Amino acid sequence: MQYLLMIYQNEVEYAKNDAATAQKMMAEYQTFTQGIIQSGNFKAGDRLQPTTTATTVRVRDGKMLATDGPFAETREQLGGYYLVEAKDLNAAIEIAARIPSARIGSIEVRPIWVYEK
Amino acid sequence: MNPGEIDKVFRDEAGRALATLIRLVGDFDLAEDALQDAFAVAIEHWSAREIPDNPRAWLVNVARNKAIDRVRRQIAFRGKQQALVHELELNAQAPEEPPAMLDDDMLRLIFTCCHPAFAPEVRVALTLRTVGGLSTAQVARAFLVSEEAMAQRLVRAKQKIRLAGIPYEVPERDAMAARLDGVLAVIYLVFTEGYVATSGADLMRPDLLAEAIRLGRLLDRLMPDRAGIKGLLALMLLHDARRAGRETPAGDIVLLEEQDRTLWDRAQIEAGLRLVDDALRVPGPPQAYAVQAAIAALHARAPSFEETDWPQIAGLYEVLLRISPSPVIELNHAAAVSMVDGPGRALDLVDATAARGGLRGYELLPAVRADLLRRLGRKDEAMEAYVAATAATQLEPLRRLYARRIRELG
Repeated sequence: MQYLLMIYQNEVEYAKNDAATAQKMMAEYQTFTQGIIQSGNFKAGDRLQPTTTATTVRVRDGKMLATDGPFAETREQLGGYYLVEAKDLNAAIEIAARIPSARIGSIEVRPIWVYEK
Repeated sequence: MNPGEIDKVFRDEAGRALATLIRLVGDFDLAEDALQDAFAVAIEHWSAREIPDNPRAWLVNVARNKAIDRVRRQIAFRGKQQALVHELELNAQAPEEPPAMLDDDMLRLIFTCCHPAFAPEVRVALTLRTVGGLSTAQVARAFLVSEEAMAQRLVRAKQKIRLAGIPYEVPERDAMAARLDGVLAVIYLVFTEGYVATSGADLMRPDLLAEAIRLGRLLDRLMPDRAGIKGLLALMLLHDARRAGRETPAGDIVLLEEQDRTLWDRAQIEAGLRLVDDALRVPGPPQAYAVQAAIAALHARAPSFEETDWPQIAGLYEVLLRISPSPVIELNHAAAVSMVDGPGRALDLVDATAARGGLRGYELLPAVRADLLRRLGRKDEAMEAYVAATAATQLEPLRRLYARRIRELG
């Protein structure tokens, strides 16, 4: 079996952490990730940019609607995901709008956090 | 060169200089900081002598060097490899550019600020701040939020540009029509806030009116022969031309039927009328702004309120209801119908619209109802509607207008 583990937390509170606390958390994540890689459980995982960078895409009556902010409809539930490579947000939105469920639900487009080397 | 003159140059050149700088340095914040640095240098240099022949090129050049200095400092302090690559790119850019490229920079900036991935109020704030060159404090004042809240909104927006990868470009052909509509909506939002403020002591905010018209003119120059742009610019010029007639020296509202039409700005009306004709001549389907401008043109041409071509105005609103239906257009249509078929027929239309619930929250609904009821002689209901209208607005001159109507009825 495969499972998607979705990480929820208060991003505003988390951003208030001092550098030492954040670093400690990062180290814990590294250890955890290494652990599940070694145990063979790891498939993929990424940190996401905060919801302030999100764009929600819907297609209604054949027209694409992009709106600022994360998906916020409590009547709809997470039903799947795609991780895609796209040259910019416009390209990502264009792909999102082609997902069949964009016509009935919503697709949240959120950039992946890329760590500087 | 005195500080006032230098300020004016900054104001005129800030948007265009920033537009080019963002392309050169590839980052909004770095471009803004570097431009501020360049302004500081300019104040020092220009106070003593003449402003250079091409102040924008001067500012861009100085700011570009300042940006490189800033990136160098980053490398020294943090040793970032990414920043080093960045600096190499900066050095490779040639600062001399053909004028067409610079026009494109301005369009890049406008379309980026009006990107659909921003909430409408964020698009307006970003556009006024970066394209219009208003200070954060000025933008905050325009929308009655604290400077801190506005600064935060702008920081978030620029962060989203960077982190979400909003491209700095003019949309491709396929996407152009929809994206241009978004830009026009931003300019119109600035204008309408200037024309009838949301709240406060003053009916109008002349600085926002002027800024919206300036943006409209700029866009018309950058993208000629677009019916939507010409239509919007015509609409704004024609409405704004009535400014002097719309309020008393004490700041009370003067309704269209009471206005002294000799106070209207005839030269601006002529310019608006020419633009309406241009807009309607552009081939393609009718554009909502052009139709609205055609309505404004009929008002501007009418010798008096009574001699206005109301049947044609009602007809044009019907065109608008087909091409861009909205509850607000329905309300305006009803007001025009009241002048053709009487207030009774209009009230039926307004009540039908209200019953569908589309107007919830639209603060002028009770005011339109009140006016129709008053003209129908239904005093008590009219009074009630004026009380509701008063409660629905936060604009002092509107409250005084409704109070006046209630006095007249009583």
